[in-house]
Amino acid sequence: MTIENPSLNLQADWSYDPAPQSIEHVTIKDSYELFIDGKFTSSKDGSYRDNINPATEKTLTKVAEAGAEDVERAVEAARQAYEGPWSKMPAAERGKFLFRIARMIQERSRELAIIESMDGGKPIRESRDIDIPLAAAHFFYYAGWSDKLDYAFPGRQAQSIGVAAQIIPWNFPLLMAAWKLAPALAAGNTLVLKPAETTPLTALILADILREAGLPPGVVNIVTGDGELGRQLVRHPGVDKIAFTGSTVVGKEIMRALAGKGKRFTLELGGKAANIIFADAAIDQAIEGIVNSIFFNQGHVCCAGSRLFVEESVAQEVTQKLRERMETLIVGDPLDKNTDIGAINSIDQLKRIQAYVEIGKQEGGELYQSNCILPDTGYWHAPTLFTNVSQSHRIVQEEIFGPVLAVQTFRTVDEVIDKANNTPYGLSGGVWTDKGAKIFKVTRNIRAGVIWANTFNKFDPVSPFGGYKESGMGREGGVEGLLPYLNLKTNTQ
Amino acid sequence: MALSETRIDQIGVQERVARLQSRSIKNDSKIEALTLALSMIDLTTLEGSDSPNKVRQLCYKATHLHENFPGLPHVAAICVYAPMIGTAKKALQGSEVKVAAVATAFPSGMTSLKTKLDEVKIAVQDGADEIDMVISRGRFLSGDYDYVAEEINKVKEACGSAHLKVILETGELVTLDNVRAASEIAMTAGADFIKTSTGKIQPAATPEVTLVMMQAIRDFYLKHGKQVGLKPAGGISKSKQAIQYLVMLRETLGQDWLKPDLFRFGASSLANDILMQIVKQNTGIYQSTAYFSID
Amino acid sequence: MNDRMDVRKTHKMFINGKFARSESDRTYNWTTPDNKDSINICHASRKDFRDSVSAAKNALSGWSARTAYNRAQIIYRCAEILEGRSAQFIEELRAQGLNTEDATEEVRQTIDLLVYYAGWADKYGQLFSSVNPVAAPYFNFTVLEATGVVAIIAPQESGLLGIIAAIAPTLVGGNTCVALISQDHPLCASSLSETLHTSDVPAGVVNLLTGFRSELIEPFSTHMEVNALLYFGENNDEITQIETNAAENVKRVSICTNQDWEDKSSLSPYAILRTQESKTTWHPIGF
Repeated sequence: MTIENPSLNLQADWSYDPAPQSIEHVTIKDSYELFIDGKFTSSKDGSYRDNINPATEKTLTKVAEAGAEDVERAVEAARQAYEGPWSKMPAAERGKFLFRIARMIQERSRELAIIESMDGGKPIRESRDIDIPLAAAHFFYYAGWSDKLDYAFPGRQAQSIGVAAQIIPWNFPLLMAAWKLAPALAAGNTLVLKPAETTPLTALILADILREAGLPPGVVNIVTGDGELGRQLVRHPGVDKIAFTGSTVVGKEIMRALAGKGKRFTLELGGKAANIIFADAAIDQAIEGIVNSIFFNQGHVCCAGSRLFVEESVAQEVTQKLRERMETLIVGDPLDKNTDIGAINSIDQLKRIQAYVEIGKQEGGELYQSNCILPDTGYWHAPTLFTNVSQSHRIVQEEIFGPVLAVQTFRTVDEVIDKANNTPYGLSGGVWTDKGAKIFKVTRNIRAGVIWANTFNKFDPVSPFGGYKESGMGREGGVEGLLPYLNLKTNTQ
Repeated sequence: MALSETRIDQIGVQERVARLQSRSIKNDSKIEALTLALSMIDLTTLEGSDSPNKVRQLCYKATHLHENFPGLPHVAAICVYAPMIGTAKKALQGSEVKVAAVATAFPSGMTSLKTKLDEVKIAVQDGADEIDMVISRGRFLSGDYDYVAEEINKVKEACGSAHLKVILETGELVTLDNVRAASEIAMTAGADFIKTSTGKIQPAATPEVTLVMMQAIRDFYLKHGKQVGLKPAGGISKSKQAIQYLVMLRETLGQDWLKPDLFRFGASSLANDILMQIVKQNTGIYQSTAYFSID
Repeated sequence: MNDRMDVRKTHKMFINGKFARSESDRTYNWTTPDNKDSINICHASRKDFRDSVSAAKNALSGWSARTAYNRAQIIYRCAEILEGRSAQFIEELRAQGLNTEDATEEVRQTIDLLVYYAGWADKYGQLFSSVNPVAAPYFNFTVLEATGVVAIIAPQESGLLGIIAAIAPTLVGGNTCVALISQDHPLCASSLSETLHTSDVPAGVVNLLTGFRSELIEPFSTHMEVNALLYFGENNDEITQIETNAAENVKRVSICTNQDWEDKSSLSPYAILRTQESKTTWHPIGF
């Protein structure tokens, strides 16, 4: 029997019942305080910010809002700890603290995963299987570096820098805290960490872990607040080094603020990565790669493969398969174990994404969204793709930071390399082909710091991460990830 | 016949499978899946020691095992060696359970085409509704794809109105690229079903191999409009595995394939495990194998 | 008594492999320390810089794609040519105020520096790259690549060693550059250009400008095609200006002091790393 115009019916009669993650053993406190000098403390002016669960729009808790005096206290505590116990402690002992912290994150992993999903809206599958295990792995990896720093950079003696201020984004709250804290501590610095204002909870639970682990007071201080607090930290004269992950706009602001100050800084900024599918790729696996590249974490990923380039001869096949695959993505309750795409992190971000989708439509892009049903309350965005767009479209040029993919076609290797590099960004890239020589041709010529060949959005503590061009400077992860937190001295210095 | 142009990346397949297996199937959706899985079972005995008595017992089970549990379906078919077809056909008279015969010098396929065709014809004459043939893996691995295709084609002719399931014996094909290629050859040559394994070779059915075959079926369907069925066989003994296969099926081929006409499990002990799970879901009490007959 | 007129050299800049005057036709008058001589030096304009950056950008893909072995040989060739022209450079350094001994020493040090960095071309990558043992079935490795077009504001104190100390590690790493030679010590510019020209350094890979720091810092630090900037000096106003402007395209700025070129202890592969980006590649391991 032959069927005319065959198509798949992926809306099966048999559907999955809700499979909610049990949250019984997790307690969210009524309020959370700053963590300064080893103690939880309210802000000087006693102000708090409501913390919203983006999936329900309900207030989860409130979090202390730090001000200038709190920054002062935190930096001072970090200085005292640096000049006191932390720099005098044998490196191996420092490492043992980090090992212990790694273990304690593992012990409290389910609690951390649940709170991460409630605070930020990401699916429990991702917070449970990716964010939290990777955070623990980061501490475990850098723990071992603490007493081996002199082997890391040949011909140089590694010395800590001092007090580092670290500002992290809302897309991977605990993981970014781990990326920042672990190498900085292994290198012997003391820290003031500022989580993002919408997602501070897991960092404050980490503070609890640090306290329980017996980390000397002041070695890590956590202040919560918004961009203004970040500005104060960046400009604080008592801070020796700034590490920032976030938007390119803010990264540039930090560079200007630090001009002439002689301070070390590292920046991990935005991206608009090209994900390139050649006709000879393993197409079904490439489809999964596309899904991982743009729909992972609601597309709130600086290294997202938001520009898809498909070789013309397979463009129809790839877009059809991608649309079908999008139909099977489950959008909804972040705490449901089957959810693929959770809530957009905040109302502001949702509006930004929606505005870009409008721009895409006005510019003549052809819109496709999956037929998922979005919940009534909470901040949600359907997986979206635009075809019929080019490099001159704004949705192709600008970082949307949401589940929105722009699809273009190409014919030759040189053409697609040129287009891939036709952006001020250079954080990541993807290439899919079965031909080894072509992989190296493309990966070598894409100007970006992380290239995934026949895979996408993979992370590991041993693997350096960071950008070319306007995507930032400095690397996190691997041996290179130590460099931002060390002064390298010659033996004569 | 050229080898498939579709490339398969093993790690990518493994990751897709892991992701599908992370689906959590609870409550009513679990009962629904278990019920569906039961109706898809090809209850199988393929031993050198098989006797008419054993086959009769199997047929009795196929027609009666669900009767203590109102609302449950019967299994799809029983699957036996060709000489047992007469016995099975008689034992199943009046039921809707199909009879499938393995043929073509199962499991090795090491005999002449003529002998294979004779075996198929006799099984069909004896009343087999379905024929499970094996491909010539040696010929496939030596690159003689035309031979493999031609053989399937001839067996299909010999089947007449009986359904043809083509066993790829993926455990001997080594790579997923070969699984994909063999799937395409079998479908092009006329297979009504493609089947992973004989159950005599390890590994038998794996989720990775099954996913690749599902994708081959999907692509064949979208190109030619023909719906080919799939039968993972061997090594599937637990309800949880069966549900994971159904999740994979649902998210790869969709609604049309979620029925015994197009999807089967080749298994011997799976039925009991599903029954145990259904009882557990209904009563809330974990069950023991001691309370479920093993034959 | 010799009544023959000596033939003086016209001092030019080096842009895109050609010996060029400033497009503005401007020169500035430079007087030898002994006040005996005064020479017209090209006074580069913003446009000269822009043309140089275009040339460097065009040359970048070719130069960075050359084999490390080839880059090593070209830089070693620079040392060979410089050695052959030592007398000329010593003479120019003397004219800029050094005694013969110091001038000879600076030329020798410059040659040795080129030999040193030539030797690094096919080694620093081995030292600073890595294969990273990720916890998944992937092959993961990190390699270094050129940052791109590098703008160099060379040390004021030296017209030869200082600028070569900035250029050599930049070239070794596969970058192309535009360098502003010391305003106070500009005499070697032409001879250096000739040296580079005859050493198979491809056109556009090195561009040498003479002129005023005060004028050129602005375009050097704002140009969006420039990926990195090396500044030699300690003027905090200039540094602030550069670092503020660099934010516009997230330029990598390295502030270098005399310690970074004056003596042999400054030689190290870490000078190459100033203008390197690291790239990490993942690929599944399977079949």
